[in-house]
Amino acid sequence: MQDLGIKILLQGDNLVRLLQGLGVTISISVISVLLSLAFGVLLGIVMMVKNPLIRFITRLYLEFIRIMPQLVLLFLVYFGSAKHLGWDLGGETASVIVFVLWGTAEMGDLVRGALQSISVHQTESGKALGLTKGQIYYYILIPQAVKRLIPQAMNLVTRMIKTTSLIVLIGVVEVVKTGQQIIESARLTSPSAALWIYGVIFFMYFIICYPISLIAGHLEKVWKE
Amino acid sequence: MDWNFIVQYSDLYKEAALLTVRIAWIGILGSLILGLICGMIRYYKVPVLSQIAGIYIELSRNTPLLIQLFFLYFGLPKIGIVLQSETCAIAGLIFLGGSYMAEAFRSGIEAVDRIQMESGLSLGLTRRQVFFYIIFPQAAAVAVPGIGANAIFLIKETSVFSVVALMDLMHVAKDLIGLYYKTDEALFMLVVSYLIILLPVSIILTFLERRLRYAGFGN
Amino acid sequence: MEKPVLEINHIEKAYGDHKVLDDISFSVKKGEVVVVLGPSGCGKSTLLRCLNGLENIQGGEVKLNGEQISQNAKNIHQIRQKIGMVFQSYDLFPHMNILKNIILAPMKAQHRAKEEVTKEAEKLLKRVGLLEKKDAFPRQLSGGQKQRVAIVRALCMHPEVMLFDEVTASLDPEMVREVLDVMLEMAQNGSTMVIVTHEMQFAKAVADRIIFMDQGKIVEEGTPEEFFENPKTDRAKQFLNVFEFVA
Repeated sequence: MQDLGIKILLQGDNLVRLLQGLGVTISISVISVLLSLAFGVLLGIVMMVKNPLIRFITRLYLEFIRIMPQLVLLFLVYFGSAKHLGWDLGGETASVIVFVLWGTAEMGDLVRGALQSISVHQTESGKALGLTKGQIYYYILIPQAVKRLIPQAMNLVTRMIKTTSLIVLIGVVEVVKTGQQIIESARLTSPSAALWIYGVIFFMYFIICYPISLIAGHLEKVWKE
Repeated sequence: MDWNFIVQYSDLYKEAALLTVRIAWIGILGSLILGLICGMIRYYKVPVLSQIAGIYIELSRNTPLLIQLFFLYFGLPKIGIVLQSETCAIAGLIFLGGSYMAEAFRSGIEAVDRIQMESGLSLGLTRRQVFFYIIFPQAAAVAVPGIGANAIFLIKETSVFSVVALMDLMHVAKDLIGLYYKTDEALFMLVVSYLIILLPVSIILTFLERRLRYAGFGN
Repeated sequence: MEKPVLEINHIEKAYGDHKVLDDISFSVKKGEVVVVLGPSGCGKSTLLRCLNGLENIQGGEVKLNGEQISQNAKNIHQIRQKIGMVFQSYDLFPHMNILKNIILAPMKAQHRAKEEVTKEAEKLLKRVGLLEKKDAFPRQLSGGQKQRVAIVRALCMHPEVMLFDEVTASLDPEMVREVLDVMLEMAQNGSTMVIVTHEMQFAKAVADRIIFMDQGKIVEEGTPEEFFENPKTDRAKQFLNVFEFVA
């Protein structure tokens, strides 16, 4: 009866519910991505500061965030905050906090890398041409840094979107949870629902992430010269 | 912090950590093999297989491991393919990691100058010999940092294996929080366990990367 | 009449509409040194690459001792063992030391014993004055040294013909000499060689025969004396004039 299993999608408002769940996933992703990009740029600039204490602190933050699995971070914030601060953050808020902490660290490192990649030589040849400092930044340094940064930032965005799938594990009702609910309620009428629902969710993620990856790859190639 | 509690339950963490390490190890090894195969198929543009590898790489890279696992563990049994928890975890990790490793190998192979292949061929070596003696060693050296980053990424990804009913670190932590409300202790042990697994890998890789960079082949 | 080692009969090659090689025919006898001259982009490098099957040809044939060479031939790697080639860009394998660079192909492609090949490699290295570099890595060598090693590496396969593709073109001027001297010595010892070069003095000294190409065609062919003292075609005259200006 597998060939009939796909009907589960069309039953009642199942598809609408799945899409609503996807909406939650997307909105958490979008909020986290926007905040991370903004804070990440700031962090990247801060990391260029020569002060050893600031360098040490930012470095420690970066390394800790990056070495921990994102799910561990989610647990830390979700369970930790409830216990210590007495806050019941709710899964959504905890997720956004974790993704922003993580996204900011990753983005900050990308920004730092982009800034450092612009060679001294470029600045010097700008000077040799008689450009002012402002002109050198505006015409030479920033365009190069941005071209390097944008494809990498887009790849980070796809990583963040994929990682939002984890929030089902701290009880957020998003696309995966909705899918589980549908599967659960159709257990008797449509036993093969799991195959179809998870298959559809798989492709939902793919449809969102693939274009972003594609554009990022394309830009990277075009801007390489 | 209740240290007695920590001591009492540290064995649970140890077991879970060993499980993580074992699965990660097999998964990384499998990913390397799958990645190398895909990388070679793509490099030599083997007809049909090359397209299949391309589709696989895009699917794998643009979907979350969690969903891949749900599909394998809950979806496939509906068409008669039942995988054990551990098999499922390993299969998922290799499915995910293969594409990342393939990309690392591809960029490594692309970094090797075409003239290397040509001079190998013009010495009368076969294409296979050229690949194994000349292209591969150079490509592997270039690919090491990427492979290392992927390995760490894959170890971190193992944290979702509780969803296929494996008693991994997350599972243990969640149980202890749920059963005894020992949130601090459970989370502390969780963080420490991952640090013990990941820090040495990370340090070794940084070291290796630096050595490779200094040794640089640079013609 | 002596049978030619290498025979090139009416070969054709085009990239799209652009004909790179247009009905090229010539042959090379044993012990003969043929120098191919011509302006940049005339197809002379492509010609060399077709001779050992690195490029496919669309028409005609290349024969080594009567055996046809094509990229798709099953035994192409065996035929290539008889044709040595040295490229313009340094093509040593950067992850192997000099000795390994040289003995890899004789061991793996010809299945010769390591001791025997090593002995020969050392002898050849000594001849080009680089024996003390045998354990060094390519990055530790100068451009001229690398090219001499590349020549030794090809020679160690006992090729019947050696192809040289502008081997001094990326070298600093003071290193050109040391490479050309090695090639001159090879010529005097009876090696069969096809050389693409821009070094006119060297061409004059080393060549038994000059082939002058332009726009994918052989325009003129003759002894060095005929070609340099008395070029028959306007194209060749122009080409030589430019070089005199430069010199």
